[in-house]
Amino acid sequence: MIDFTFSEEQNLFRKAAREFAETEIAPHVPKMEETGRNWEPVIKALGKGEMMAITIPEAYGGLGLGYVARLIALEEIAQVSVATAMMMQVCGLGIEGIVKYGTEEQKKKYLPKLATAESFATTAVTEPSGGSDPKGCGTSYKKVDGSYVLNGRKCFITNSHIADVQIVMAVSEEIPDTFSAFIVEKGMDGFKATHEERKVGMRGCNTGELELKDCVVPGENLVGKEGKGMSIAMATISDVGRGGMVGCALGLHQACLDAAKKFANERVLYGKPISNLQAIQFKLADMKIELEAGRLLGYRAAALQDKGERTGNEWAAAKYFTTEAAQRAAKHAVDIHGGYGCMEEFPVTRYLRDAYVLGPSAGTSDIMKVIVARWVLS
Amino acid sequence: MLNIVVCVKAVPEPIAASNLKIDPVTKSLPRLDIPLVINPLDSHALEAAFQLKKKYGAHITILSMGPPPAGNIVRECIALGADEGILLTDPAFAGADAFATAYTLAKAIEKNGPVDVVFCGMSSSDGATEWVGPEIATFLNMPVVTMVREIVEDQGDEWIVKADYERGYRMVKIKLPAVITVTRDLNHPKPLSFSGIIKARSKEISEWNHENLEIPAELVGLKGSPTVVTEMTRVESRRNVKLIEGSLQEKVDRFVQILSEAGVV
Repeated sequence: MIDFTFSEEQNLFRKAAREFAETEIAPHVPKMEETGRNWEPVIKALGKGEMMAITIPEAYGGLGLGYVARLIALEEIAQVSVATAMMMQVCGLGIEGIVKYGTEEQKKKYLPKLATAESFATTAVTEPSGGSDPKGCGTSYKKVDGSYVLNGRKCFITNSHIADVQIVMAVSEEIPDTFSAFIVEKGMDGFKATHEERKVGMRGCNTGELELKDCVVPGENLVGKEGKGMSIAMATISDVGRGGMVGCALGLHQACLDAAKKFANERVLYGKPISNLQAIQFKLADMKIELEAGRLLGYRAAALQDKGERTGNEWAAAKYFTTEAAQRAAKHAVDIHGGYGCMEEFPVTRYLRDAYVLGPSAGTSDIMKVIVARWVLS
Repeated sequence: MLNIVVCVKAVPEPIAASNLKIDPVTKSLPRLDIPLVINPLDSHALEAAFQLKKKYGAHITILSMGPPPAGNIVRECIALGADEGILLTDPAFAGADAFATAYTLAKAIEKNGPVDVVFCGMSSSDGATEWVGPEIATFLNMPVVTMVREIVEDQGDEWIVKADYERGYRMVKIKLPAVITVTRDLNHPKPLSFSGIIKARSKEISEWNHENLEIPAELVGLKGSPTVVTEMTRVESRRNVKLIEGSLQEKVDRFVQILSEAGVV
């Protein structure tokens, strides 16, 4: 028999994450929306709230918890702020590269500060020439006297301007089809964050471009083995990046359902709350069913990952389903609000904008279906 | 080092509790599906214990009476920083009024060993009698101060506390061991943390029934309750709308008169 219930401890994690999100993150959301920035107090709060330490081993100052705990935390935080959850999960993506593939020296150097959010991270893969096609990567490297010199440009990078530690994927200038991953630190000569994006949703989540111009990276900053950069980047994005997107999507979906239910119970038409109308009830039912289904896909993938199994396929399926479902949920929530769903004072307008940024992040829905099709046909 | 007992009650989660329906036959509120949370005022009692632990060192024991799911609340208190927990759980404890509850808790405190201070929230969000704390003190033959909003002096075994009293307050000197019931003005409870939850893994929660406490079943639960609920009704609160007519000055004068008649100004 399969036990589908959360343990007592997992329920406490959820409660702690929810309280943290409501008291420490929620107050900053209006300014994040208004300015598209204001991430400093949020990152500080994430550090103080131990949210960045979840998947870092205890030996390096982390909590040594797994991916179910991470998904729980992301889901709760995303209910309050998807922008915050997105910054948190992409930082986790950078952390994963060091935890799974880093040397002991790299772990000791970077992980303790990442655990407290004194330092923040990201992984930089996407370029104008390749996001869905990472092999189209044009950022190059060559080995010079034991160091590596990088040249190129990355775009649509979450935490581009705020990450101190960035895992950058580049292609060898000397050996064809050879990709490697490097830890590039903020402030290194030849490395800078350039254009800052203003996104339609997830405002307050920093996204932008990076430029590398003859950036000299020490040899000890190579992550894993030379030539393994593509597999490192894809493994971390598949297992952790997409897992993080599922957390963002589930939290947003729950927020949409809560807002829709509240409005439906309060809005009176024809002498009764509109929650009495079947048309509204069917939308709420659709939202609920898809949320529960998404949770099953996501938490199953996380549980398998905690057991040490490869979960790229499961996360692709979960990422596709939950992000698409969250977009539908946001539309339902806006529709239930009627004209009020167009007014910015109602949070559902933010939810709709946030939902559309979920889609292309960590791989488009079409790419997820390519992965799942391969899974079927394998 | 202080030995502190904090009495914590698992109560229905307030927002979900608004959906509770009164059973017309038993005059009770069946609570089966409503999630349980720490009684809000007990969180302040717990925080008072944590602050003393930080200052002087203390062993904090959580004591709670309830059905088995209340054990999750005890675990949560340990995750917040308590050292151990005791859950009093027994079908015989069901239906207890404040008197029987206080008697059972007092017996457990006696069994647990020497104590310096027993903290309780002033009242629970569901029963709200405010009787349990004072009754525990009576059973234990200890002094009690209720509605404490500030612990002014806490060194040694003679404390000075500030307690709400009608429209003002009173300063009370109290000798330990004692029972103190607290209000929300006392402190700001600290939040739950992931690291606290992890540390709670190794801490013990004991479960005691009436036999462990060596008290007969007739003295606990519904059988041990001298009071009984005969009627329970839902109170509907509605806003009373009054429209004030006239010029601006007339409206202001009439508004001030209404407030004065209501005793607000």
